Amino acid sequence: MNVSIFIPCFIDQLYPSVAFNMVKVLEKVGCKVHYNANQTCCGQPAFNAGFWEESKAVCAKFLKDFEGSDYIVAPSASCAGFVRNYYNKLFTKGEAASVQSRIYEFSEFMVKVLKVEDVGARFFAKATYHDSCAGLREIGIKSEPRQLLSKVEGLQLIEMNDVETCCGFGGTFAVKFEPISIAMADQKITNASATDAHYIISTDMSCLMHLDGCIKNKKSGLKVLHLADVLANF
Amino acid sequence: MTDTAATFIAKSTIKAPDLTHRRTINFNIGRYNAAVPGGKQQFDQLMLARERAKNRKWLAIESLDKSLERFEQHITARGAKVIWAETGEQALKEIEAICKAKGCKTLVKSKSMVTEEIHLNKYLESIGIESVETDLGEYIQQLDEEPPYHIVTPAMHKNKEEIARLFADKFGTLPTLTPEQLTLFARQQLREKYTKAEIGVTGANFIISDIGGVAITENEGNARLSCAWPKTHIVIVGIEKVIPSINDLALFWPLLSTFGTGQKVTTYNTIIAGPRQADETDGPEEMYVILLDNGRTNLLANAKTREALYCIRCGACLNACPVYKNIGGHTYGTTYSGPIGSVITPHLKGMNEYKHLSYASSLCGNCTEVCPVRINLHELLLENRHEAVDEGDSTKAESFSWKLWKIASLNRRMMNLGNGKLKNAFINRVFKSWTQHRADLRFSDKTFNQMWKEKRLNHRGTKGTA
Ligand code: SF4
Repeated sequence: MNVSIFIPCFIDQLYPSVAFNMVKVLEKVGCKVHYNANQTCCGQPAFNAGFWEESKAVCAKFLKDFEGSDYIVAPSASCAGFVRNYYNKLFTKGEAASVQSRIYEFSEFMVKVLKVEDVGARFFAKATYHDSCAGLREIGIKSEPRQLLSKVEGLQLIEMNDVETCCGFGGTFAVKFEPISIAMADQKITNASATDAHYIISTDMSCLMHLDGCIKNKKSGLKVLHLADVLANF
Repeated sequence: MTDTAATFIAKSTIKAPDLTHRRTINFNIGRYNAAVPGGKQQFDQLMLARERAKNRKWLAIESLDKSLERFEQHITARGAKVIWAETGEQALKEIEAICKAKGCKTLVKSKSMVTEEIHLNKYLESIGIESVETDLGEYIQQLDEEPPYHIVTPAMHKNKEEIARLFADKFGTLPTLTPEQLTLFARQQLREKYTKAEIGVTGANFIISDIGGVAITENEGNARLSCAWPKTHIVIVGIEKVIPSINDLALFWPLLSTFGTGQKVTTYNTIIAGPRQADETDGPEEMYVILLDNGRTNLLANAKTREALYCIRCGACLNACPVYKNIGGHTYGTTYSGPIGSVITPHLKGMNEYKHLSYASSLCGNCTEVCPVRINLHELLLENRHEAVDEGDSTKAESFSWKLWKIASLNRRMMNLGNGKLKNAFINRVFKSWTQHRADLRFSDKTFNQMWKEKRLNHRGTKGTA
């Protein structure tokens, strides 16, 4: 199966290994992975800030970069959800339809399209899974990442309290309303720590980047991992 | 930044890390969360009920003028007087005129957010009229000289010990009184006020268009007493509260109770369709209904945000909101707090002054998820942000940054410029508030894009897509 990957800007810049791990897993299960090296960003940051005109220019580029018929897979529910649910506010009906119907979040693609749950990964640790808001409410995945993780040999998954509550990232919100964002992260980290897990796993590096920053500041021993980082252990 | 926004940030900075506040709110909302599934059980198809409720509100709001006129026609025929007030000041003047005409010295009122919105108590006090809150939570808030913390549960932020201490301070009761004893005590105080009051003021949960009535929902019986005991009853209600028909209550009552408190149905549900009629033995001699606009027609005029008028004020979005839970109701500095408050306040009171509330959200979408009438709350926050930018309410620096962002995002080569060290230094300095309570960001030395090209493309000697 031909798969075009979209690597969100912050993964491109800060966490390239996550992207490579996703590629590794996709190739393991038989996908032919394409990467259009022209790609940049899905346009969400400016859109969420209210700058729809600036956003639209970048979204138009995204549509162009992902023309064709391949599935588009992103290691981010946030970006995939934005393209799927919000491009209609910027483009007339149909303009974005093809891309919207082809774009998937990574775990959603694995389970719903490829029908794969067991990738043969092994990871000996205790972990808790953090539902990203975009995963939960924009893309609608709850069981998919857990199904994948449940098949990882040696991984013990423990659910935390208030698992569906936002971690407090929210893009520029994290900077503009820092005290609120930090308090939200604090509650999330407290709930995660209470499970005795060593790792927080999620589909979204944006949540994890924010949580990781707070964890390190608090000097809590928790570590964050993208789902792809776990699944690529084979 | 406006003063209002600066105050909001200052108050959030204090409230968000306040662990005592956090504990009380988590406890009280935890109880609410535990009750809601019980209420939901009464619905066979909850989503269908919610969609239908949204449709009925759509109908009522799309034909708001006709819905309200029909209401007026029917209730006037039974002797009530309907007053249309465009602003809060107009409403206050009308109430003052009625009070003067009735020689009112004491007025009892039941819980109503609209009276908070127009600051009725303060106004009445200024003209020498005692206004007594009769809902227990509001009574507590009035004693403590605080506005309600939550639109459904006004004293949610207080625990029982704090309330006992408040009563002890104000009345000299024992600080060890239990909630039951405190309630009994308040009840005695209130009974006395009821017998004295010349006028009763209530809000309304619904304006029922087809029969010309208002519906009031409550748990303590105080609203029923407020409208039935005094000789004059004044209802003050926002124009958006209208529903097309009395038959719709079969849908709205259980939705309001389920999402408001988790009850299957609220204890007291009253429909009032006029003052005492000739063949009736009780009820007020006179009834006034004040229909308040106060900025609501701004929301109506705007097709994008109009659906915010479907709100039935159940408070579910507040309880679901992680921002609300961390900063609390008072930090907003508005009558309506939480997600719905952040959506409507900029339209009711001015975009420039209140746009910060639309930005003070991580857009987690939980509000939209829980809203019984399916208002797309988090999308409306985005619409507000867009409107603020379109109106030129953003700063020059911000506009410039997004222009720059656009240029960079349209140009892949620019995104590969500079090495990790350079970016680390730049970003961690620019986003100081990122690193205040978070560790520094660590950029990768090379972007994925660069690494991919080196690893994959050069190996295969192809260009463009690999
Ligand atoms: S917006 Fe929806 S959830 Fe919030 S108070 Fe109104 S009806 Fe309830």
